[in-house]
Amino acid sequence: MERKIILENIEIDGIRLLEVYRENGGYKSIEKALKTMTPDEVVAEVKTSGLRGRGGAGFPTGMKWSFIDKKSGNPRYLVCNADESEPGTFKDRYLLEHIPHRLIEGMICSAYALGANKAYIYVRGEFKSIIGILNEALKECYKAGLLGKNILGSGYDLDLHVHTGAGAYICGEETALLESLEGKRGNPRLKPPFPAIKGLYGCPTVVNNVETLANIGWIVNNSGEEYAKIGIGRSTGTKLISACGNINNPGVYEIELGLPVEEFIYSDKYCGGVKGGKELKAVIPGGSSVPILPKNLILNTLAGEKRLMSYESLSEGGFITGSMLGSGGFIVYDEDACIVRNTYNFSRFYHHESCGQCSPCREGTSWLESVLHRIENGQGKMKDIDLLVSIASKIEGNTICPLGDAAAWPVAAAVRHFRSEFEFHVLHPEIVKNVKHGSLEKYLEIPVLTAE
Amino acid sequence: MFKVTIDNKSIEVEPGTTILQAARMIGGDVVPPAMCYHSELKNSGGKCRTCMVKVSQGSEKDPRPMPKLVASCSTEVMDGMVVQNITSPEVVEARKAVAEFLLINHPLDCPVCDQAGECDLQNLSYENGSNASRFEEEKRTYEKMDIGDLIQFHPNRCILCYRCVYAADQLTENRVHGVLYRGEKSEISTFIHQAIENDFSGNMIDVCPVGALTDKTFRFKNRVWFLKPMDAHRSCSKCSGKAAVWFRGDEVYRVTGRKDIYGEVHDFICNECRFEKKNSADWIIEGPRKIESYSVINQNHYKNIVIPSVINPIKETME
Repeated sequence: MERKIILENIEIDGIRLLEVYRENGGYKSIEKALKTMTPDEVVAEVKTSGLRGRGGAGFPTGMKWSFIDKKSGNPRYLVCNADESEPGTFKDRYLLEHIPHRLIEGMICSAYALGANKAYIYVRGEFKSIIGILNEALKECYKAGLLGKNILGSGYDLDLHVHTGAGAYICGEETALLESLEGKRGNPRLKPPFPAIKGLYGCPTVVNNVETLANIGWIVNNSGEEYAKIGIGRSTGTKLISACGNINNPGVYEIELGLPVEEFIYSDKYCGGVKGGKELKAVIPGGSSVPILPKNLILNTLAGEKRLMSYESLSEGGFITGSMLGSGGFIVYDEDACIVRNTYNFSRFYHHESCGQCSPCREGTSWLESVLHRIENGQGKMKDIDLLVSIASKIEGNTICPLGDAAAWPVAAAVRHFRSEFEFHVLHPEIVKNVKHGSLEKYLEIPVLTAE
Repeated sequence: MFKVTIDNKSIEVEPGTTILQAARMIGGDVVPPAMCYHSELKNSGGKCRTCMVKVSQGSEKDPRPMPKLVASCSTEVMDGMVVQNITSPEVVEARKAVAEFLLINHPLDCPVCDQAGECDLQNLSYENGSNASRFEEEKRTYEKMDIGDLIQFHPNRCILCYRCVYAADQLTENRVHGVLYRGEKSEISTFIHQAIENDFSGNMIDVCPVGALTDKTFRFKNRVWFLKPMDAHRSCSKCSGKAAVWFRGDEVYRVTGRKDIYGEVHDFICNECRFEKKNSADWIIEGPRKIESYSVINQNHYKNIVIPSVINPIKETME
């Protein structure tokens, strides 16, 4: 099952450098694509591969590419979304730090497929070191003739630029990213028109996640058919999962989609079980914006089947008993984790990162935060719990971009699965005020102990 | 021509028309309310989310419904599209939600606000809001800011519709004003607290749907429902000179642009007409303006009002 596509050869010393990367089979796909394939053939391969967007939404990449407007005659752009800032997700960062050429290789193939002569990598502003790494890698590529005019004598030109964001989560939303890239305030645009028709500078644009683009080189080399054999059902290929929280081995893992969640958490090859031998309490499987699931629902679906790490299996049961694969930020909570505090923390994040353009998100996220702040600090009332659910449902689906949904889902799910913990906070304000972490049921015994 | 059906009423419109524009062509109850959209301002709309409607059939060719509610001001019609506005409970619910969100941080000071009686938010909450607030937190407030001698700016009342930003940007060349900060903390501001000084700045008052931007020369002089608006014009070298002049007796209290029934001004007027010509001799009166019934207070009566039960702060603690 050990299958590496994106992180292949990552253990080799100096793989960050072009020379070493090429010695280990890097940039072969460029020669193959540029010299032996037409752009449409590359798109067709990606379509057959069944590769889905790795940024969170899981939209088929080949389909996204085929929407690009080729008739308008306007220049086309490829933009790589490296504005990874979701709490719990750090997979792109790992990839960019260790093997930046994997992304550049994928981007050259993709840009060729889309007929783009200019491509951008939009990097999160906080990734200071990565910006240097990427610029260094680009310099090497220009020197080796892999970028610039007439790449490897194929007659195809491509300029690749690194653009730094200023540290706004919202700029990871593709249209806000384009606005920011144009030098404007990072407000998401109204859709339609979609970027494939009117994107960067009003021209057809494709925005893809780092990990998505990093797959393209392999697909060109080994054909889409081979790629589709990896994985399970419509979730083809491998996925980077950034595992964190109360586990023994936090880190970035490349897994074949379809791996059982239980194996991922408890196998020593991956997370290595819950830290300190404690009991597993809950898991957020796809980054902070997807619903949290309690132990019984993350290991098995409601129907009793084993839950797998795939787009379909994780979302089975909808939002009532399921969640999403999202961006692969796998956060594990042990029995001592406080869900209310954790939900408040996420809520504070979304409040801070809302762009403030549309009213449900601007007002709703701040409202959620203040209500959760009250509950967390022992000043909540019983009716506040229902209020949270109500606010969340009113934000969801009513906003311009998915940030509103991302702010509402975790709150709604936390109340849905851990209502008793919220009620505990309301009923025992004194305990909550003094104890910030820990499984709160334990502290119920405190009055008994003091009575003795 | 595209055929579109809104709340069971059909109309044929040009391709490229938005759902909101089509609804306005039909008129009446099928028109969704709009707080941030202004037909004369480019790029406006899509932000307040009050005009959301349900598209239950995308088009003749592709009859699938749209998965989410859409902003009618920025969604173009397709041939055979079927739209539900007030006939959809989902839309009514969403609009109620937006009204609540807009009001949680908006001061409920209508009795001392100059906009009362012609305020879009007041109308919206009268139509779609609830009688009591569930918001117990402290409201968001801002520092006072001076943006010149003619316009009073109350940032607390602002609902961030961006209309004044577009007006300032599109009507005049020298842009000094925009939105600062992000999220809940975002605010309309001028660049390092400059005054807004140009000949058309007064139009920001007219495009503001709430009482965030008001006329300093008219402030606290009178309530709008005591005034009688007259269509009037004068020859002006800067603007069309077509305005609405608001009288009480023979005295001119204020001059504004002519708002249509959706609260939109189509002939923007200059500051000279608006702030300086406050003498009835300055104007050639065309006749009384029809007072549209879109405002609750203009009608001078309230219907369907539910009087909230007496608020007794002790009651809750006693129980």
